[in-house]
Amino acid sequence: MIDAMSSAGRNDAQPPPSLGATEGFEPRVDARRRRADLWRQGFRASTLVAILVLAALLINVANSAFGYTAVQVKRDPATVLYQGVALDQLDAAGLVGLLESELKPGVVRRLNGEAPLASRSVRDLHALATERIVQPKVVRTWSLLDSVFRRGAVRRAHAAEFPNTALVFRSWLTADFLLSPQDPDPEKSGVSTAIKGSLWMILITILFAFPVGVGAAIYLEEYADKRSRINQLIQTNINNLAGVPSIIYGMLGLAILVRFLQPFTSGAIFGMAGGDSPNGRTILSGGLTLGLLILPVLIINGQEAIRAVPQSLRQASFGLGGTKWQTIWHHVLPGALPGILTGAILAVSRAIGETAPILVIGASTYVALDPSGPFSKFTALPIQIYQWTSRPSDVFRNIAAAAILALLILLLTLNASAIFLRNRYRAKG
Amino acid sequence: MAIAAETVSASGRARAEVRASLRRRSRPTESVIQGLLFLCGAISILTTIGIVFVLTRESLRFFADPDVSVWKFLTGTTWQPHLKQFGILPLVNATLGTSAIAMVVALPLGLAVAIYLSEYASSPMRNALKPVLEVLAGIPTVVFGYFALMFMTPLLRLILGADLVSGYNMASAGIVIGILILPLVTSMSEDALHAVPRSLREASFALGATRLETSMHVVLPAALSGIAAAFILAISRAIGETMVVAIASGASPNLTFNPFQPAETMTGHIARISSGDLSFNTIDYDSIFAIGLMLFLMTLGLNAVSQRIVRRFREQYE
Repeated sequence: MIDAMSSAGRNDAQPPPSLGATEGFEPRVDARRRRADLWRQGFRASTLVAILVLAALLINVANSAFGYTAVQVKRDPATVLYQGVALDQLDAAGLVGLLESELKPGVVRRLNGEAPLASRSVRDLHALATERIVQPKVVRTWSLLDSVFRRGAVRRAHAAEFPNTALVFRSWLTADFLLSPQDPDPEKSGVSTAIKGSLWMILITILFAFPVGVGAAIYLEEYADKRSRINQLIQTNINNLAGVPSIIYGMLGLAILVRFLQPFTSGAIFGMAGGDSPNGRTILSGGLTLGLLILPVLIINGQEAIRAVPQSLRQASFGLGGTKWQTIWHHVLPGALPGILTGAILAVSRAIGETAPILVIGASTYVALDPSGPFSKFTALPIQIYQWTSRPSDVFRNIAAAAILALLILLLTLNASAIFLRNRYRAKG
Repeated sequence: MAIAAETVSASGRARAEVRASLRRRSRPTESVIQGLLFLCGAISILTTIGIVFVLTRESLRFFADPDVSVWKFLTGTTWQPHLKQFGILPLVNATLGTSAIAMVVALPLGLAVAIYLSEYASSPMRNALKPVLEVLAGIPTVVFGYFALMFMTPLLRLILGADLVSGYNMASAGIVIGILILPLVTSMSEDALHAVPRSLREASFALGATRLETSMHVVLPAALSGIAAAFILAISRAIGETMVVAIASGASPNLTFNPFQPAETMTGHIARISSGDLSFNTIDYDSIFAIGLMLFLMTLGLNAVSQRIVRRFREQYE
């Protein structure tokens, strides 16, 4: 500092720099500022693009999940009467009477065989009457943006093309959609089978991957001698596994779990094989495959969380005579748990959205029966979305969008809880 | 006296007992637990061995087929399983094509966002923007596939004309993969930029540099190894990405350099062949493992390069 001042003082004695240098300096500063500004705008615009893309994606999905539909009915609901009472006002007994009078006796007998009509709820009976007698059918759908901003054009198009149909604003994501099983008819199809399949599979994934992942993280952080060759190998290996494409895990699952371990994954050795022939393409295979897939992420996250626990806690526990495992179980793990859980939730939400690996192990795309246990054939929500997206018809795209919304809501809830956990943890730390 | 001696010996015995109880005991449970935890760690090794074993074994079966030769597999320009034509070049070409498009989108955009977040954005701004990227990173790839098919393809057709852009094409899949890996590029690059010490920036500002000049000439070079690693990892992600290409890039192995034409990638082909009930002991089943082996080697190589770059060129600051 003093040196600088003294040298500045010495400079004072010398003649000032030539005027020419200052002349060039000012405009150059301006040019530099302009350039800096331009790039700054560029950086900001790029960030904006990222946000816009996210918005476009969400709007694109919502655009198909809601909107006007032209509904053609076989019979106008207003003309469906039973003893002079309109369809919407009928009670359970009236609805049963209506069904018995309108449908063929054989159909009534079959319906009674599935579940006696008299024992069904009003809501079910009403849905049944609508489906069987009114027989609504969507003949054309419009996007949400068109339905909101170009309502007039939609009305005109509807009036011109489908004069005998009703124009109904429809949300494709409904309680019925979430609760009904898959059906070849997209209008009746729902995602309940797929959601149950996904949940079963994730349960297996968690049961397998969480203990193993945390165990491996504890081993690597607390026990492993960092200099030993085998431990270094494990660590490098985990880092490499995290970069293996997910579809490769699917192939691993297909060859090992589905094919080689078929007696185990189909439940045959437990005498629980469902269906006609033992088949390893079960929930168990799917769950274990996803478990292997998220294991590296879980381990790496777990290691970070364990590393963040202060060394003093361990030393205090050792000082009081705690054994290694007592120290870990009573002091390290409780401290690391929020971090471990945050990482685990993120990993699990990744597993729920994974499509490629379970596609490869052969999650069946058409399963009408709900999964009953780890040895059932199954389908999963992302598989369902993929399947519906690949169909050319409009209505399939609508239900694909509705299924995407269901999936995104599920994932956002999970992610939000992870962020909440993390913030709470940070605030405390 | 006798009593005293007794007390002494009693206290001596008690002391000996205490000493014995404090002695290091053998604790079998501790060793068992350590063993179990080691097994947990070893599962990762078993996974790798499993992957390598499975891919190699089934590939060897594939190459043992009289219709197939390694040379034809690596250099053949048609992939038509029903004609017994197994040349992987069309699939590799489509994979590299979509990945290249993805990188053209993700690299400049991702780096710009990272520089903005790390060097320009105020702290509240950063806190508002980071969740956006996290949400983007958390969206399942199948949703991006839907987005590619329902938004990007129609958009491209609108801008460039439906004659030029076909309904399934590499360009829209590539662009959407670029969007998909954007959060990865951004967060890794931002971490690298963030790790550059403040003092370097302050020194640069003190010399009269603008923020841009500081970012470009001081911070960026200092963070280059981390950014390069991010890029390479992103390429590897793009190559392994499956659902977007399976949905939006078409279902025909097609050797084309026109990004607006449909072309099936390696991952897309594996997904299409294996969806549904693929029966074992068929050449289709074996062939996807040969493609998988190729894919595995490509991504493994890229990941190894990325890790090596980080290790070798990382600047250590105190």
